[in-house]
Amino acid sequence: MPQAIAAVNDFVVKFANVNGSGSASANELFARSILRMGVPVSPRNIFPSNIQGLPTWYEVRVTEKGYLGRRGGVDMMVAMNPQTWGEDVREIEPGGYLFYDSTKPMPSSMFREDINVIGVPLTAVTNATYSDARQRQLFKNIIYVGALSVLLDIDPEEIKRLFGEQFKGKEKLLDSNVKALNLGRDWATQHLDVGAVKLKVRRADNVGKRIFVEGNNAAALGAVYGGATVCAWYPITPSSSLAEAFMAHCKRLRHDKATGKAKYAIVQAEDELASIGMVIGAAWNGARAFTSTSGPGISLMTEFIGLASFAEVPAVIVNVQRGGPSTGMPTRTQQSDLLSCAYASNGDTKHVLLFPEDPKECFDFTAEALDLADRLQTPVFVMTDLDIGMNHRLCHPFEWDDKRDLDRGKVMTAEELQAGKNFGRYLDVDGDGIPYRTYPGTHPTKGSYFTRGTTKDEYARYSEEGAVYVRNMERLQKKFMTAARIAPQPVRYSSPKATRHGVIYFGSTSPAMAEALDHLEEGGNHVNALRVRAFPFAQSVEDFIHEHDKVFIVEQNRDAQLRTMILSEFTLDARKLIPVLHYDGTPITARFIAADIAKKLAQLKVVPFEKAAS
Amino acid sequence: MTYIAKPKLHHPSLVKNKAGYTRRDYEGAVSTLCAGCGHDSISAAIIQACYELDILPHQVAKLSGIGCSSKAPTYFVGASHGFNTVHGRMPSVMTGANLANKDLIYMGVSGDGDSASIGLGQFAHVMRRGVNMTYIVMNNGVYGLTKGQFSATADKGSISKKGVANSDESIDMVSLAILMGATFVGRSFSGDKHQLVPLIKAAMAHKGAAFLDVISPCVAFNNHAGSTKSYDYVREHNEALNRIDFIEGREEITASYEPGTVTTVQQHDGSLLRLRKLGEEYDPSDKIAAMQRVQEGLAAGEVVTGLLYLDAAPKDLHSNLNTVDVPLNRLKTADLCPGSATLDRINAGLR
Ligand SMILES: Cc1ncc(C[n+]2csc(CCOP(=O)(O)OP(=O)(O)O)c2C)c(N)n1
Ligand code: SF4
Repeated sequence: MPQAIAAVNDFVVKFANVNGSGSASANELFARSILRMGVPVSPRNIFPSNIQGLPTWYEVRVTEKGYLGRRGGVDMMVAMNPQTWGEDVREIEPGGYLFYDSTKPMPSSMFREDINVIGVPLTAVTNATYSDARQRQLFKNIIYVGALSVLLDIDPEEIKRLFGEQFKGKEKLLDSNVKALNLGRDWATQHLDVGAVKLKVRRADNVGKRIFVEGNNAAALGAVYGGATVCAWYPITPSSSLAEAFMAHCKRLRHDKATGKAKYAIVQAEDELASIGMVIGAAWNGARAFTSTSGPGISLMTEFIGLASFAEVPAVIVNVQRGGPSTGMPTRTQQSDLLSCAYASNGDTKHVLLFPEDPKECFDFTAEALDLADRLQTPVFVMTDLDIGMNHRLCHPFEWDDKRDLDRGKVMTAEELQAGKNFGRYLDVDGDGIPYRTYPGTHPTKGSYFTRGTTKDEYARYSEEGAVYVRNMERLQKKFMTAARIAPQPVRYSSPKATRHGVIYFGSTSPAMAEALDHLEEGGNHVNALRVRAFPFAQSVEDFIHEHDKVFIVEQNRDAQLRTMILSEFTLDARKLIPVLHYDGTPITARFIAADIAKKLAQLKVVPFEKAAS
Repeated sequence: MTYIAKPKLHHPSLVKNKAGYTRRDYEGAVSTLCAGCGHDSISAAIIQACYELDILPHQVAKLSGIGCSSKAPTYFVGASHGFNTVHGRMPSVMTGANLANKDLIYMGVSGDGDSASIGLGQFAHVMRRGVNMTYIVMNNGVYGLTKGQFSATADKGSISKKGVANSDESIDMVSLAILMGATFVGRSFSGDKHQLVPLIKAAMAHKGAAFLDVISPCVAFNNHAGSTKSYDYVREHNEALNRIDFIEGREEITASYEPGTVTTVQQHDGSLLRLRKLGEEYDPSDKIAAMQRVQEGLAAGEVVTGLLYLDAAPKDLHSNLNTVDVPLNRLKTADLCPGSATLDRINAGLR
């Protein structure tokens, strides 16, 4: 056998499956069982935009240190898809392991010299026990989990406990799954040299109170806690599971106990134009409303976003970004809708964007977005992406302060109107650019006004007078600056050593970045880091850039969109901002970031020849 | 163009309705539409209907799209909130507004361009969802605001002011509304207030998706080349068309005729409109018969008017969604936020 990779609690296993074979739940079971042993894991679904029969991958990073980004490279490939055999085998690190179904013997030319091959006759073992075709398909997956649990030292009791939770009250299913698991375990124990596999899981205590959840599920729960009562949506990958999760949460949490009636309304609209229209109508009428979508949906919503912004109606849009442009890479991840969201619609428009880093912030920021949209009376985008949205991530548990009240912003009540308070719908009473609004139906004679996308004066009266228009536009700009103060502020990480180099990043890049910073530090490359959490940018973003000679901006898009926005919002020397770009549709890795920054730092150190000579 | 507020002087002898309001209380700003535009007659009918229904003006929410017709909400029930949305998409905004507060009275106003062209999709879906509303299309067969292009309801073979013949089939909004599941469908003529006012009242009283197609002649039809009041002239002089001083004022076209009879009305452009009022014996509760009657009328070149279809016990969007009795926009933090103890349980389930 070639030199084998040896690692405890620090390796990557990748499953190559055929879509529709029922492998997803078995693979997740594998990941969860390791988690239950107190060892952090970070899984990634990698799937094409097809329904059945095509390849799908599930990559599990086992990481005692808790690095939750993608590492890059594969230590063990569970190659269950003949179609992708070639590329799967190629991907294994030298000294890594190939686990495959050895029912049909394979010529050695199908393997690599520098990897370790583990064959288990899965089909034969399965067929010997099960006659039903569907059972054969499903239990084969459990059988390989069983075999792997032996090879990697995963405690079978944890797997059985997971079965127990999954099949609570369905004893038959529970028993048959345990049986399949044992089938795999027994075969492996009897036929394999378990000691030759040097990737092992050891019990640890590094998970703590953390939870394991998908960003879409978390954002949906955030919408419940944030008091959203209206959700209008149109199916689009990777955002559909968000609206579906909202539906599921509402079913459990939002029915009136006495009457069984719903304290929410969910409408699957006819398209994205309608879904954002419904959100705007509901928010105009005083409900908290949101929609979830992805890139092409944003394209369709653009005209309405302009209306909401100019007429100053709240709206929350969760954009679970995917690869663009157009239909692009519908099941791959990117951060490439920044510009199209920040400046959506015709005319001078700018919108508030929030950038959650993980499911915890998906929860927090969605609830926060509902408050912000009401406070600012404007659309607010929660910019997640497929990587956070559709993958389980280990994160801090959700928290809620019971003293927190939904912040409905400046709404003038019937009592205030009755008391004679001056109501001008677009009057800047407090100097923060945010006017007061009234909900329709508030008062018999006071406070009603006309909402429109055309220009108007402080009292909502249609006016095309230049000075009136300019005044309004300037107030909107002031309101935008208020948004910079009240939106989530950037988070700063300082290098232990003083440095003139900084890095700015945002959103789902976060876990890979955290690991990359460690790698850079180990390599003697010191950088301070700033994680941007909202647009408009806080003043501290500009300050951070001024504090450093060079600032890397790490993004998952081709055109350095965040960099473009920073340059357009502040007066800066563009040469200071060095883009680090990854946009092939896979989640950015720590290896990529660290290597790219290290390379660029080395280039910065090179002294030009003439200078050196002079 | 600026907003013109109507003087709020009330004549002491103005009669008050049961809600304590006079007819004037249901008026809005002074119209800036062309004098004689059918849309203004419809606004007047809406004012009359609201007055007669003893509606509290502030309980009305008026929503519209974009177009001359969609400006009309400014001209009625001034004490209520209005929303001029974007072109063709009022139905979704209306749906959302209705979801938020089911207790208001929803009045949607749109044009044939707004609802039958760019907004056809949303029109169809707002009907099939059964949003409790009165949806009025002020149907003039043209785009008024953008100066006279054909709309999708223009009859095949009709000639535009530019002399172009319309080669496309026209869309019959009434048939479409019935087909899409509206539970109250009627058609009328802007000049026939005896028919229109009761229809609007009935539509507003209906607890489901009520649709009214109201034929509403556009006075700007009869512009012609060379006229300083033509579309081209107006466009060259770059002012909105709906300025009174650019359009010849015309008399409002009116028509009054008995149920069961046909009347011919001459429009401003000289074209003739044959209106057939349904007879007293017509039964609007039969959906298939209603479709047939409308189609027969179309085949005979007649515009059948009256209450065409009615489901007297409709289900609306809220009953379909089984929402609570309190309007959603009135629910408070305690009603909506499950609290930290529940969140701890959810966290525990995610380990
Ligand atoms: C997205 C968009 N496209 C085009 C327009 C231009 N536009 C304004 S009103 C209108 C047509 C109005 O026609 P109709 O609804 O029949 O109303 P009318 O003016 O005849 O009452 C058009 C095309 C617009 N405002 N928005
Ligand atoms: S252009 Fe036609 S539709 Fe528009 S206001 Fe004038 S008459 Fe009415």
